[in-house]
Amino acid sequence: MTEAIITMKAVEKTYQLGGQVVHALNRIHLTIEEGAFVSIVGPSGSGKSTLMNIIGCLDKPDSGSYVLGGSAVDRLKDRDLAEIRNQKIGFIFQNFNLLGKMTALENVELPLIYRGVKTKERKARARECLEAVGLKERAAHRPNQLSGGQQQRVAIARALAGQPQILLADEPTGALDSKTSDDIMALLTALNHQGRTIVLITHDLEVARKATRTVSIRDGKLQEGEHI
Amino acid sequence: MNVFTSIKMAVRNIQGNKLRSFLTMLGIIIGVGSVIALLAIGQGSSKSVADSVNSLGTNLITVNITNTDTYFTMDQLKQVKQATGVKHVAPVLSGRNTFQKGSTSTTASVTGTTSSYLSIRQMTVKEGRFISSLDEKFRQKVVVLGSDLATTLFENQSPIDKYVRIDGANYLVVGVLNSKGGSMGTSSDDAAFLPYSTAQRLQQTTYITQFYAQAENQQSVNLAMAAISRVMSETYSDSDDYSVVNQQDVMEAMRAVTDSMTMLLTGIAGISLLVGGIGIMNIMLVSVTERTREIGIRKAIGAKRRDIMLQFLIESAVLSMLGGLCGAAIGVLTAKVYELTAGATIVFSLPIMTAAFLFSAIVGIIFGVFPAYKASKLKPIDALRTE
Repeated sequence: MTEAIITMKAVEKTYQLGGQVVHALNRIHLTIEEGAFVSIVGPSGSGKSTLMNIIGCLDKPDSGSYVLGGSAVDRLKDRDLAEIRNQKIGFIFQNFNLLGKMTALENVELPLIYRGVKTKERKARARECLEAVGLKERAAHRPNQLSGGQQQRVAIARALAGQPQILLADEPTGALDSKTSDDIMALLTALNHQGRTIVLITHDLEVARKATRTVSIRDGKLQEGEHI
Repeated sequence: MNVFTSIKMAVRNIQGNKLRSFLTMLGIIIGVGSVIALLAIGQGSSKSVADSVNSLGTNLITVNITNTDTYFTMDQLKQVKQATGVKHVAPVLSGRNTFQKGSTSTTASVTGTTSSYLSIRQMTVKEGRFISSLDEKFRQKVVVLGSDLATTLFENQSPIDKYVRIDGANYLVVGVLNSKGGSMGTSSDDAAFLPYSTAQRLQQTTYITQFYAQAENQQSVNLAMAAISRVMSETYSDSDDYSVVNQQDVMEAMRAVTDSMTMLLTGIAGISLLVGGIGIMNIMLVSVTERTREIGIRKAIGAKRRDIMLQFLIESAVLSMLGGLCGAAIGVLTAKVYELTAGATIVFSLPIMTAAFLFSAIVGIIFGVFPAYKASKLKPIDALRTE
């Protein structure tokens, strides 16, 4: 059996919403092995965004334990979480979240800048990543000069640049047409075949089926397989 | 992330918002510019005052008599001349009168004095002679012209042995002085000098209200001043009735005035620099709000609080230093323009310019701290959620 990269035990997260306590995550147990391609599906309000934020170390669980790539992250301080995000996670967002004033190449360089990689090496690695997503020729373009699909490829290249342990994709096809969606999903599948661990969060079952394992979430509780 | 990359990022951001960056910097530009220009002009005027006071001779002692009930006469002046340390004395009677030569008519200042005036004021004769003691004794209607007044009345001709009308009476020109330049608003070049006794008759007074004394040398100035005061106190019991001042005192009084003016102007300029800093803070706060999403993205990707803080701090520091540089250039330019148009002396001092520039940089950093802190405190999930 391959090594587990994500191990969550009894993770809970509650919010206060207008005086009402909402159990966004209710004792979640989740294990994801290295090299897996897992999709997490659920309707809006199911708690999947909260789960993604916790997996992505953008938020901390109220209780329970979370081990990512061998380190317990549930009790880390903010600055250490920033480091974990930088080292271990590559984010892919629904609306790409590229910085508009920077070129594609500079966007891809960004995680390496915060890691303190020297300019020359940084540029070379960013170029490699752009090449991997098939956008070598667009390195000097700005996001507004690129199509939606191309922007998402740049975002994927940026996620890859830090050589993270997992790629965390939040509705990566949500803002794309079906043709482009298929391309992006094909790219993610190809990356998975190269050995990348991918966690995909979506409400779209078509997209979720591309993964090798599907987990569904409803009212803050997890279930294996498709139960929507 | 290293500082150099941060600076590059800040410069890029400033370039991306040219108009806004310029408007943000404007406060600092005006602040630094006015500090530099005003100080250059202020120091320049201090210097020109000092120069003109020094040109009168540092041995010069001026005595003014303010009591008009007890007259001070030539006999008493002779006693002053005998005082210890005093080399020369010359009474001064000032007025303004109308000069006429042919169809040319002008008004100029008239000084009634004696022969020693020439050496006391360190003036020299260009042509002819100065007033003699004989002129004084016989109330001769003779006049010595300053160089500018001579040119005005006689153009290129020699005025010697020609007549000029002063307030309707004819006076024989016996001499013309070399140009000495102006001092404190009055030019001795656009003036005429009469024998003291003649001037008394012209101005219709019989007593002395002002006289100059020259100390034997610079070391004996204080001694001479004390001696003069002693003679004066024999006539006037109240020391408020007269004043004995030397050039040093005059210079110090002048300097005190220009210094306080300079302080005042610098204070105002400093306030505008402060206001400029507040402008920077304002814009940086707006910028933080606008770029919340960018901050969220950066944080998600791995930027630490320190990185975000540094980014915004460097941005405001670069903005204010750029403003400081532009301000310094504009300040120098303004002072130069003032020098050329007003013909005034200006003095640039490198320490002041450096201080103004550094102050602007410090203002930028201090007023950048709060916005930068606000930016760094944003939570990545909240920041990513904003549109």
